[in-house]
Amino acid sequence: MSVPDKKTSLALLRSMMVIRDFEETADKLSLRGKVSGGMHNSSGQEAVAVGVLSALAEFDVIATTHRSHHHTLAKGFTPREIMAELFTRSTGISGGRGASMHLGDVTRGHFGGNGIVGAGVGIAMGAALGIQQKGDKKVSVGFIGDGGMNTGRTWEAINMAVIYKLPLIVIVDNNQYAVETFVGRVTGGGDLAKRAEGFGMRAFNIDGMDVAEVRKYTSEARERALAGEGPTFINAVTYRYYGHNVGEKGQYRTQEEIERWKSTKDPIDHFIAVVLEQGYANQAEVDEMRASVRAEIEDAVAFADSSPEPDISTIYDDIDSGMLGVQL
Amino acid sequence: MTTATTTATKVQHPSYSEAFQSGVREEMTRNPGIFIIGTDLQERGGHFAQVKGIAQEFGVERVKDSPISEAAMVAAGVGAAMYGCHPIVDLNFIDFAFGAMDEILNQAAKIRFMFNGKVPLVIRATSGVALGGAHHCNSLEALFASTPGLSVAVPSTPMDVKGLIKTALRSDDPVIFLMHKKLSGIRGEIADENYFVPFGKAKSVRTGSDAAIISYGYSIVTAQKAAQALEAEGISVEIIDLRTLFPLDEEAINNAVKKYGRVVVLDEAPVFGSITAEIAATATEKNFGSLKGPIVRVGGVRAPISANPAMADAAIPTVASIMKAVKTVMSY
Repeated sequence: MSVPDKKTSLALLRSMMVIRDFEETADKLSLRGKVSGGMHNSSGQEAVAVGVLSALAEFDVIATTHRSHHHTLAKGFTPREIMAELFTRSTGISGGRGASMHLGDVTRGHFGGNGIVGAGVGIAMGAALGIQQKGDKKVSVGFIGDGGMNTGRTWEAINMAVIYKLPLIVIVDNNQYAVETFVGRVTGGGDLAKRAEGFGMRAFNIDGMDVAEVRKYTSEARERALAGEGPTFINAVTYRYYGHNVGEKGQYRTQEEIERWKSTKDPIDHFIAVVLEQGYANQAEVDEMRASVRAEIEDAVAFADSSPEPDISTIYDDIDSGMLGVQL
Repeated sequence: MTTATTTATKVQHPSYSEAFQSGVREEMTRNPGIFIIGTDLQERGGHFAQVKGIAQEFGVERVKDSPISEAAMVAAGVGAAMYGCHPIVDLNFIDFAFGAMDEILNQAAKIRFMFNGKVPLVIRATSGVALGGAHHCNSLEALFASTPGLSVAVPSTPMDVKGLIKTALRSDDPVIFLMHKKLSGIRGEIADENYFVPFGKAKSVRTGSDAAIISYGYSIVTAQKAAQALEAEGISVEIIDLRTLFPLDEEAINNAVKKYGRVVVLDEAPVFGSITAEIAATATEKNFGSLKGPIVRVGGVRAPISANPAMADAAIPTVASIMKAVKTVMSY
């Protein structure tokens, strides 16, 4: 896999470090009851988020899943506004109404995390239809997990994207476990790319622990979409280091399996080695980067902690526009 | 409550379906972001001719034929609406919404509340009881009206079809637009392009002096027949057409309670958990002292709709059952 240039590579590395530190920090805060409703930790899946989002333009659209901190950070939202959302404070990106599972800001091209498996891909497909209707040069990316591969609506959306040749990229952020169910136990045929190909979609199974590979496949998919060549399906195989939800102590996988992925496939360790080997940075500079990330996340926690709660009297705001009742 | 705001010129006598076409055409001409997506729209014009000719006039990119994928149709509408279009998702029959219920109730309805965005979307379908059996005759309006974030239109005349769809297409909100299948062919006046019916404003469609029937959709037709028969017996009944179920014109309902103290609430949905229950409860809570007796609800029985014509008729209100209900409130 070809390595991006120095500036890009260092940005990719830092972005992955931000996600890891954010998640490790938020996980502990969640256990202390600071995160309303708990959260879904994406540690281990950094390369998928950073690889995809680094290949998109700022104005491209994403819609995502119940596990979306990493996508949202990689999209360019700050740790401050995401941590504040986890704390359900008014300064959070959803104004404190969404917490961990409902991060989103439509005006910034983030069409939302989602509490319902598979829903994000449908919304992303709709956004791609909107892009096509308006003739804009953008793409829409729908993130989905391996669990979402077995809900019917996913394939309705994929079929529709194919027949309309929509500028859609479907990213399977495949951490291999739908809560506690291993993907291989519940997925007929087994090969997800082949399943998508059956719908006529260009499809790839790729290494979701390699940020450069994810970035490359996404970038090529984006170019095809912009050229009017339609959607692409990318199954990025990755691994979730923590439980489905914070505090989960599952027996569905072995500690050895988790350690094997961490010690041999970790996306950040892997890319640090690449950066060092390329001479883009030395160890001291990598350590310095890590320290600056640490400070940024600590600042985010302090910001969230000191942010005001939303005004309860706004509960009726933004349910509807009020325009329907107006005599035009 | 307003009386019909007929400041604009009444121009034609189209059918209920043609009135929909007329409103959609005018708004599509004005707003290039409006497109329609659904099954069998381009050639057939939909199962009720509701978009007949629009693909030929505006092009197939603005009237998109869809596979039979309700979840994808509604998701396409939701995502495109968030992106800045104003889609009309045509489900043909509201019964088919069951395949897209998450997209409607969980997604379309809640995005504005959480994600600093808007969902200007119309989901159009026919509703109500006719022949066709249990899978094509559901009355789901209470389900949608009780979901925060959704509005529900239930026009009973061509005039209101056009006026309400035009308002829906000028708003930033998801609207469930339910057209009763037994009204598809009725004809009536419509107004010109400057006529809009606001949501949440009921209309008095018959004046009276003794009691009020509050209803919507095809039940307005049945209520009018009942009112005529009652008139011959010396009972004068006002009929109030709600036109939208959310927002609900509580003022019109409360005024009717205060004016008559004798009120019948009528629709086709099974009475248990229906809009009629909501109206009766709200009116009773707010104006108990004005009532001469309980509000009487007339609605569907708690049974699936049979394909047998006589059994289907037996499931919903009739002229006789409405007359009986009015006589009951008159007995207080």
